[in-house]
Amino acid sequence: MTAPLVRLRNIGRTFEDGTRALGNVSVDVADGEIVTLLGPSGCGKSTLLRIVAGLDEPTEGTVDWPDGTPSVGDTGFVFQDPTLLPWASVRENIYLPFRIRGVSREAARDAIDRTLALVGLTDFAGRFPRQLSGGMRMRVSVARALATGPRLLLMDEPFAALDEMTRHRLNDDLLRIQAERGCTILFVTHSIYEAVYLSHRVCVMSERPGRVAEDIAIDLAWPRTPEMRTDAGFAAICRRVSEALAEGVPA
Amino acid sequence: MRARRADWLPPVVILVGVLFFWEAAVRAFDVPHYVLPGPLLIAETFRKDSALLLSSLAVTLRITLIALFFAALGGAILAFIMSWSRWLERSLMPYAIVAQVTPIVAIAPLIILWLEDDAALVLCAWIVAFFPVLANTMAGLKSADPNLHALFRLYGAKRWQVQSWLEAPSALPYFLAGLKISGGLSLIGAVVAEFVAGTGGAATGLAYRILEAGYRLQIPRLFAALVLLSVAGIAIYAIIGWVSARLMARSGLSIP
Repeated sequence: MTAPLVRLRNIGRTFEDGTRALGNVSVDVADGEIVTLLGPSGCGKSTLLRIVAGLDEPTEGTVDWPDGTPSVGDTGFVFQDPTLLPWASVRENIYLPFRIRGVSREAARDAIDRTLALVGLTDFAGRFPRQLSGGMRMRVSVARALATGPRLLLMDEPFAALDEMTRHRLNDDLLRIQAERGCTILFVTHSIYEAVYLSHRVCVMSERPGRVAEDIAIDLAWPRTPEMRTDAGFAAICRRVSEALAEGVPA
Repeated sequence: MRARRADWLPPVVILVGVLFFWEAAVRAFDVPHYVLPGPLLIAETFRKDSALLLSSLAVTLRITLIALFFAALGGAILAFIMSWSRWLERSLMPYAIVAQVTPIVAIAPLIILWLEDDAALVLCAWIVAFFPVLANTMAGLKSADPNLHALFRLYGAKRWQVQSWLEAPSALPYFLAGLKISGGLSLIGAVVAEFVAGTGGAATGLAYRILEAGYRLQIPRLFAALVLLSVAGIAIYAIIGWVSARLMARSGLSIP
């Protein structure tokens, strides 16, 4: 086992108003791994993701990067909403991370074209976000996060607002992209099925203050296929995860 | 964009009905024209005096448009400056509010005393007109999605990048909404300032015509000037609305 890409140790976060969002979370994420944080609303999983992204500071604990702190563009972030600039075309939205770093449109063209093809949006490069469906908007958001070639992709319930069919398709696309790009993914969701389907490991979080109640390795074959969703083995793992979730969340 | 019949028909029906009853009432009760002229007489007066009235309108419109231009520019620039820091906002905002809440008729005599004719009128109209642009643009600059702010931060964006690529475009619809209000206000400001300047100044604007017609009991001409004034106000509003809609459509935005 190589050193993890990122090592979270005893992370705690108390907000200014005294709310304790996270208490003592320790998680390692290995290179190339897909790890899901699964938990009820308000368990601090989004806060944890923002801390890993450097968008928030923990009040206790440390975030270690054994291979060195990532620089700008090494980390991609996908929010729950597509979070696109409404006045900019799909291409311009994906160009934004490059633009901020002072990369010319010409120099970024190849990377943007490749990412557009990867998420299947090549024909929609000139459209505005409001001309796209919810699923396509989310693809743009994923493309923007991927365009700079990040090592770590942080995803905060990205598909929660989509209908089930669209979500399944995007789940499959995400796995295909991850296999192609080899990036590490830290994924937040409150869907047990999505968590099990996507992940190498599912970290089940307890209610506020959030901590990892159980760290479950998902023993399913790779690559994941849509048929697995109705498989008995898949159902058994979901039941186990569900039980772990119920223990952390007194109903 | 074609106006639908349901949009324009009802107000036109009302207008025609009101004009008809007005004319009928004036004739039936034999109201003298120096008290209340009928619409036909007003139209006739307008036809006769159109050269005079239109040249006066041009004077008033010039003041209005210059004031509106500076209201848009000044309001937007002030909003940007105040968005740089809470400290700047707190230091400057009270004065903007003072300028907004002080009745312009009360300070216009001073301004007219201190400044040249045209400059004084423009300044008065500007004081009335800049605040909606300022307040709206400030709200717009703060309206950007917090997650988009987080995204910019994630990629290490500098302050100027956030301002020009996120905050300014976010503020555009708000700025345009403010401009629509300011368009009408700058006309009101120009007219009020002309009223205060009155016959004392070198004024030849529409407000001066209204005053003059009032003194001379040329009530039909007074009405003609009034009608012209409201048509001008509606036109300004409609043009700004049209330009806004075009700008918004081109930039993929919708009106908040």
